[in-house]
Amino acid sequence: MTAILIIALPYLFLSIKVNKARLTMDNKSDVLVIGAGVIGCAIARELSRFKIKITLLEKEVDVGSGVSKGNSGVLHTGLYYSKGSLKAKLCVEGRLMFPALAKQLDVPYRLCGKHVIARTEEELEDLKDLKAVGEGNGVEGLTIISGEELKKREPRLDALYALYSPVAGIFPPYLFTIALAENALNNDVKIHVNTKVSAIKQANGGYKVTTNQGDFYTTFVVNSAGLYADKISAMVGLDDYKLYPCRGEYLLLDKTCGDLVSSMVYPVPPKIAGVLGVHLTPTIDGNIMIGPTEEFIDSREDTRTTREKIEELVEGAKDLLPPIPINQIIYGFAAVRSKITPPEEKTSRDFIIREELENFINMIGMESPGLTSSPAIAKLIVQMVKKRMDLKEKADFNPIRKRTKPFNEASKTEQAALIKADPAYGEIVCRCEQVSKREVLDALDNPISEKTVSAVKYRTRAGMGRCHGGFCLPKIVEILKEEYGVPPEEIKLKNLDSSLFIGKTKGLRESEKK
Amino acid sequence: MSEFPSQDVDLVVVGAGPAGLAAAISAKKSGIQDLVVIERNDWLGGILPQCIHDGFGLELFKEQLTGPEYAQRYIDELKEMSISCMLNSMVLEITPEKKVFVASPKGLLCFSAKGIVLAMGCRERTRGQICIPGTRPAGVYTAGVAQNLINLKNVMVGKDIVILGSGDIGLIMARRLTLEGAKVHAVVEILPHTNGLPRNIQQCLIDYDIPLLLSHTVTEIHGQNRVEAVTISPVDEDLKPIRGKEKKIQCDTLLLSIGLIPENDLSRNFGVKLSPVTGGSMVDETLETSVQGVFACGNALHVHDVVDFVTLEAEKAGKSAAEYVLGKTQKVERIPVEAGDGIRYVLPCSIHPGVDLELSIRVICPGENVAIGFFDGRKLVKTQKFRKVHPAQMIKIKMKGSETSAINSLKVEVLRK
Repeated sequence: MTAILIIALPYLFLSIKVNKARLTMDNKSDVLVIGAGVIGCAIARELSRFKIKITLLEKEVDVGSGVSKGNSGVLHTGLYYSKGSLKAKLCVEGRLMFPALAKQLDVPYRLCGKHVIARTEEELEDLKDLKAVGEGNGVEGLTIISGEELKKREPRLDALYALYSPVAGIFPPYLFTIALAENALNNDVKIHVNTKVSAIKQANGGYKVTTNQGDFYTTFVVNSAGLYADKISAMVGLDDYKLYPCRGEYLLLDKTCGDLVSSMVYPVPPKIAGVLGVHLTPTIDGNIMIGPTEEFIDSREDTRTTREKIEELVEGAKDLLPPIPINQIIYGFAAVRSKITPPEEKTSRDFIIREELENFINMIGMESPGLTSSPAIAKLIVQMVKKRMDLKEKADFNPIRKRTKPFNEASKTEQAALIKADPAYGEIVCRCEQVSKREVLDALDNPISEKTVSAVKYRTRAGMGRCHGGFCLPKIVEILKEEYGVPPEEIKLKNLDSSLFIGKTKGLRESEKK
Repeated sequence: MSEFPSQDVDLVVVGAGPAGLAAAISAKKSGIQDLVVIERNDWLGGILPQCIHDGFGLELFKEQLTGPEYAQRYIDELKEMSISCMLNSMVLEITPEKKVFVASPKGLLCFSAKGIVLAMGCRERTRGQICIPGTRPAGVYTAGVAQNLINLKNVMVGKDIVILGSGDIGLIMARRLTLEGAKVHAVVEILPHTNGLPRNIQQCLIDYDIPLLLSHTVTEIHGQNRVEAVTISPVDEDLKPIRGKEKKIQCDTLLLSIGLIPENDLSRNFGVKLSPVTGGSMVDETLETSVQGVFACGNALHVHDVVDFVTLEAEKAGKSAAEYVLGKTQKVERIPVEAGDGIRYVLPCSIHPGVDLELSIRVICPGENVAIGFFDGRKLVKTQKFRKVHPAQMIKIKMKGSETSAINSLKVEVLRK
């Protein structure tokens, strides 16, 4: 009994709701960050160490709604970027910072390592080149291993050689983004979702930022708008940038395929700017991801998946690992990356991170390895802000953030204790991922996003499993109705325009009568 | 020393749908006193309470019952027999030693069972599994989820509907949505034939003038936030969409009735051998799986088209499980049963020669005046003729012990004319 209490107590403590600090009328800040992708959230969180007022604006209803949730979720090593580039420097720095940060923020990760495989003697030369570039960038532990050695580690893979990087890792990028945002919020950053910037004007020695939710006044602006960074830049007259939207599609394999590979598997990169080639990435939750494709497209919002690219992914995956069970695909998705490199160019251009106007930092072309680099980018931005502003450290900065303990990560003994302390843990809402009602309630009560089904999905994994919401959707609908009084027509999938229902049953018949 | 209650029990039945209910009742009738049924929902009857249409019970009761009525007969019997049921309880894990871990708001429990009946039912194939390209808006539902939402939660999913797949739930929902005042613009089926029961085609589509498009599929979903349209295309003989023949249908909802998959996550994780064809366990004629003392039935074993057959099968599983627990079964040699030409699957997967049994068979293609042959190697041991066969209709064939007593293997195939 005592043992149960000791185990249960920390979880009880952790499930106490995070303070809701958003949407106060305070529209003045010292630093305003536009865009709550992973980089914007990392910057806001890093700045929240200091005694300044920080505002983070996001046009979508949740943080990490763009490419921050639609990528491979990889902690990159730094193999691909030319020496001295920001990409090389920030990727390596960010990767080294990540494990400590992930622990503070309670984000799961695994340094599963990565193999770039060579199937011909010519490709061995490419591996040697990659190794040299990586070592030049300070990447530790790179080795080229034989096909036999590879077979011992990854029995299903056939190759002549592989470049092995032991320091590459995997983590859920959406959880990391949410964690950064929640921790920033707890350290008094004001986060405004559903807030789209339409104009920026210099005013009173600072900036007036106009949005659909009113005007914000700030001394310093950080443009972290990702796919729309060029548009934000143009609002202050810096209209020389052109971003090229580039869509990446992925397929996700069922957890039953999770043991196909234990590390990331990449081909030798095709000789196209910034393209890594279709690769296999295990996820921390036990799935395998195939992708991404690379396709320059016209519309930045066009996150369609396409027949052609699905076929390309299937072929690419079979090429890497012929026995890949394609009938075990459970989902396909796509996101659009912001490239500053025109499609016709052969090498990838570097990140642009510059204070181009006084107190206005532009970040343009923040593609891969933006996720890995994000902690280092945040530090860099702090250094840049420091030159303009007196940054005094807060005594009460709290670097720790805890998520609700996931039921499926607990041992049987812990599960028993969790339920005993909180019966909502004993009600399983998502069968595939074994997500409990406690986790779903806490996700709905999250301090940032609107109460959408997607907000629950990205926080808890409910709906990410093989039945894809077949079991949990009616249950989540019930919870929204019973616990929060949300009428059916106001239940949304992912944003305010994505209504799941048109109303109650009999509604159409009633309206016919009228 | 464990930190949660552990309990010995003769029999655990996983799932309280039609299969679990019938298995539990039958096990108790066969002499098992100490048994428990574990159900993850907070109601008994599984999918039946949301099946408010009729047509249930024709086989067993010679009556047209609705789903809830059919379920109620077994729920009443279960209660009369005082069989213990745990609702709102999820089996988290089963071990090869037959320990069953159950989570519920009341706590975590561990049953040490002598026998187990797996009756978890099935789940629906989703959009992701057939890789329908396009956007990912609100308004894409599997038919069973839509049925649950409309009939149990009383929320309306949309008003302009396209249904992909002509499975029975899709057909039933075409009618249901029409009665609710929605417009069903088309039911689209990739195969050249329908996948649902003929009576459902008549009563749910033809009677309501809902167009059925065979050899067509949905090739793209449109709409950023809510479904705005779907593109449909005819398909060639290899079921590949024919380019240039696409047509866009404006709609706000896409319903998917594209197949059911036996739910066997629990079974797989403790080493029960599964068939790649049915997705269910490999069972012998007693419905025992590859793990001794573990039996499977209902849609967790293979997807049925008629609930009455689920009940019959589950009664057999319950009886077999009881006999196992009571030590009435003996180890016997079994011979394999194989699906040959024209047959998608045959159950059971192995049989004890010389025992009376019933085979469940599904053909691959519809046909008229079809003969099905039963072979021992190359020797034809039995033939049975059918005026009509259809993949949507399970064929049940009884074999007498005398017909199998001298054979070494059994292969079932559609005989060429």
